[in-house]
Amino acid sequence: MSEMPATARPTHRRATIETADGQPRASAYVCEAASCMSAQSHDITLRLGERIAAAGMTDVTIKRVGCLGLCAAGPLVEIAETAELFERVKPDDVEGIVKALKKVKPTDTRRPQGPFFEKQLRVVTENMGRIDPESLDDYVGRGGYEALKHVLSDMTSTEVRDEITRSGLRGRGGAGYPVGLKWTTVAKAEGTQKYVVCNADEGDPGAFMDRSVLESDPFRVLEGMTIAAFAVHANEGYIYCRAEYPLAVSRLRTAIRLAQRAGLLGTGIADTNFNFDVQIRLGAGAFVCGEETALIASIEGRRGTPRPRPPYPAVQGLWDCPTLLNNVESYANVPTILNKGADWYSEYGIGKSKGTKVFALAGRIVNTGLIEVPMGTTLREIVFDIGGGIIDGRPFKAVQTGGPSGGCIPAQFLDMAVSYESLIEVGSFMGSGGLIVMDDTSCMVDVAKYFMDFCREESCGKCVPCRVGTTELYMILDLITRGEATLDDLAQLERLAGIIQKTSLCGLGQGAPNPIFSTLRYFRDEYMAHIVDKTCPAGVCTITAPEVMA
Amino acid sequence: MSTVFTFRIDGKDVAGSEGQTVMEVAEENGIDIPGLCHLEGIHDRGACRLCMVEIAGSPKLTAACVTKITEGMDVTAHSERLQEYRRTVTEMLFVERNHVCAVCVANDHCELQDLAADLELTHFDLPRISPKLDIDASHRLFAIDHNRCILCLRCVRVCDEIEGAHTWDVMHRGLETRVQTDMGIPWGESTTCTSCGKCVQVCPTGALFEKGRAVASGSKHQRPFLPWLKIVEEERGR
Amino acid sequence: MPVLHAKPQAPTDDKRWKIVETRMRRMGDRPAALIEALHAAQEAFGYLDTDALNYVGDTLGVPHSRVYGVATFYSFFTLKPQGEHTCVVCTGTACYINGAKDILSGLEKALHVKPRQTTADNKISVLTARCVGSCSLAPAVIIDGEVKGKVNVDDLVAQLEAM
Repeated sequence: MSEMPATARPTHRRATIETADGQPRASAYVCEAASCMSAQSHDITLRLGERIAAAGMTDVTIKRVGCLGLCAAGPLVEIAETAELFERVKPDDVEGIVKALKKVKPTDTRRPQGPFFEKQLRVVTENMGRIDPESLDDYVGRGGYEALKHVLSDMTSTEVRDEITRSGLRGRGGAGYPVGLKWTTVAKAEGTQKYVVCNADEGDPGAFMDRSVLESDPFRVLEGMTIAAFAVHANEGYIYCRAEYPLAVSRLRTAIRLAQRAGLLGTGIADTNFNFDVQIRLGAGAFVCGEETALIASIEGRRGTPRPRPPYPAVQGLWDCPTLLNNVESYANVPTILNKGADWYSEYGIGKSKGTKVFALAGRIVNTGLIEVPMGTTLREIVFDIGGGIIDGRPFKAVQTGGPSGGCIPAQFLDMAVSYESLIEVGSFMGSGGLIVMDDTSCMVDVAKYFMDFCREESCGKCVPCRVGTTELYMILDLITRGEATLDDLAQLERLAGIIQKTSLCGLGQGAPNPIFSTLRYFRDEYMAHIVDKTCPAGVCTITAPEVMA
Repeated sequence: MSTVFTFRIDGKDVAGSEGQTVMEVAEENGIDIPGLCHLEGIHDRGACRLCMVEIAGSPKLTAACVTKITEGMDVTAHSERLQEYRRTVTEMLFVERNHVCAVCVANDHCELQDLAADLELTHFDLPRISPKLDIDASHRLFAIDHNRCILCLRCVRVCDEIEGAHTWDVMHRGLETRVQTDMGIPWGESTTCTSCGKCVQVCPTGALFEKGRAVASGSKHQRPFLPWLKIVEEERGR
Repeated sequence: MPVLHAKPQAPTDDKRWKIVETRMRRMGDRPAALIEALHAAQEAFGYLDTDALNYVGDTLGVPHSRVYGVATFYSFFTLKPQGEHTCVVCTGTACYINGAKDILSGLEKALHVKPRQTTADNKISVLTARCVGSCSLAPAVIIDGEVKGKVNVDDLVAQLEAM
């Protein structure tokens, strides 16, 4: 079992260092999201502030911002006026940034930043790297809370729900359930007490989209939740966030406090008679709590075990009341949809997958980081154009999406347009948006075993097929990777995987066999190499059995 | 008056009241749907997955013990596919722990053993997990052998919902899940246990047993489990 | 009728219990506060001992067996004191394919500890985490709360041995 101790606590931070009088001539944006922070970007902020002050440059601003996206090259500093990006900034590089700031002229415009940035379409991430995540003024300065004010003064709850329905927005947590439909179910469910819950328990290994949104633009999520609450007639909300994300939690707490003070959360929001308040609940290291009924159990202070549905949370959720549950990215889409309209939003995307999707790029890819692209972008554009291809120019082998319930997609589908439907067609899953690139150094049987190990450790233990079955699958995969399995074992693996998929209680168990199915579908030869030839083609597995069986 | 629904189970026309589960109506009509976590009189949790049934028009299987009946539904409770699933899930229970019927106090009185017989489970193909687990015999009257526990949690629920003591609960998760008393302390040291014995009565296997019983002499299955539970529940008006 | 019971006393007069008590009181001393209370106690004391579990359970009116069930369900909670320093190795997918396995085996070789174990001199506890979201820094470890990215196993061992 894995244990999570107190992880990265946010170090002491000072607020934005404002040395400019009024409108600054030049601004340096320092990324202070978790990835750059762990590369000591805050020291860069401080040092820049000191240098600017020492140089008496009163027309320059140094600003802490959220994720600038290109995490692989952190710490990142951007000069906002010219879009000049400084990568892997060390304390000694600060002088160079100061020099660049000196050169900024009022006539400067932002220059093109290369394919990583240019090929993206920013909706959810439009404020990321542009605002100080702990400044309400910054958020409002970029159009924040206009949607909420518009909703509260000009719209009925039905109109809001219709707009969301028409936008075609689907749940960004993985399954892609139509958001508008869910809102309508909650709104129409019987009961006067209703809840709005935000799932920020981003548990898929390799996924950090929600963390980046919360660290970079927390007000957007609060605004989205508040609009949702108005639309479904709820007055209380919860954000269930992983305890592994201390910086996100701390920024959310700040945002909630500032929104409450500004009358944008609490009683009489924006001088109307609408009330809504939000509390944070911390997860405690259980992947299964991303499942909605387990998440609800956890908010109620219980073991995070899922229960059979129906009843669905929309009808009977938190403390048996109708509960709207969406994830961070779903809520973060809401303000923009209401600002720009459902028609604008639904123009982007492909088929039934509308709008954009935020992906976290990780693994053996050059531009590890956070991106947002329209649905329908091809995997090739994502991995090679935006992602910069494979590290050291090695051959691409697969891209894994959908976390432990997802699958590995081989090279033959690189030109596939990404959507909820297309990913399922090729045996994977949208999931929350983690996209892990693998090259020829990864053994696909080992990858399947890795995910099964994850599932068996994270199984809550309630239902038999998941509790016992994931361990059974792991044991067989282990036999294969040690070169000790027979073809009968392989047949058993496939049979058992099918039964676990069909009989498990919740999505964790039902999805657990997916990595096996998808690797068998596209990389069966690797299984055969382990079983028949007793070799691991990628050289990852240690095969102890003799090469030729007598 | 509650609404009466008519529907079909395995092709047989049956009727039940709104709010009843498929499992309840099947039982009333003599249709046997297996289930090890289900027990009349305590809340169902849909966890053992043995009562999975097919409902026409739904792509997913559903647990009969937690599925409410609806008008005109067409339930398949027995099919070759379902029996295969049940056989495998039962096999999983056997390989998870150490079930050796020949030396078990519940031999011949065991729901798991009966189920294996009904499903014609004759041998195990799955890799055995079977860790060596503890026996807690610290209680004056009863003992628990974790090697025989199938984690149906009937003991936990009966202790909570009927006795009101909540001495039992579960600890850890996944394959490490165990039933435990109070703060995971020996049962005999529990300050909340009333020694009522309900947990022993409802245990479907030989995991919980009365001390001093010989092999195959388990008393608990010679009479129906807590027969009044359902009546009490009904009188309370669920 | 609700059972009335006197609010239990904190196990000791250690001031840190005040933090735990306040967190519970703010949530109305209701059973739903259990996980928040366990977080508060672990933040204050570093781990959850039986005294803490009993106190939290009694204050919130949660049966002891349920408190124990919750505390052992969530891997974030630890019922044993940790070593002086903690080294958390991220085993998320990105870290895994970038060599987290080698880091764990390297630590085991050098410090003779497996995940969830503490060195004999009680200096270093090695733990694992399922993705801390620092995938761009893979492989990542967290030493005493600070994330270290793109870890080289020899450097890591040297750093830990110097602690």
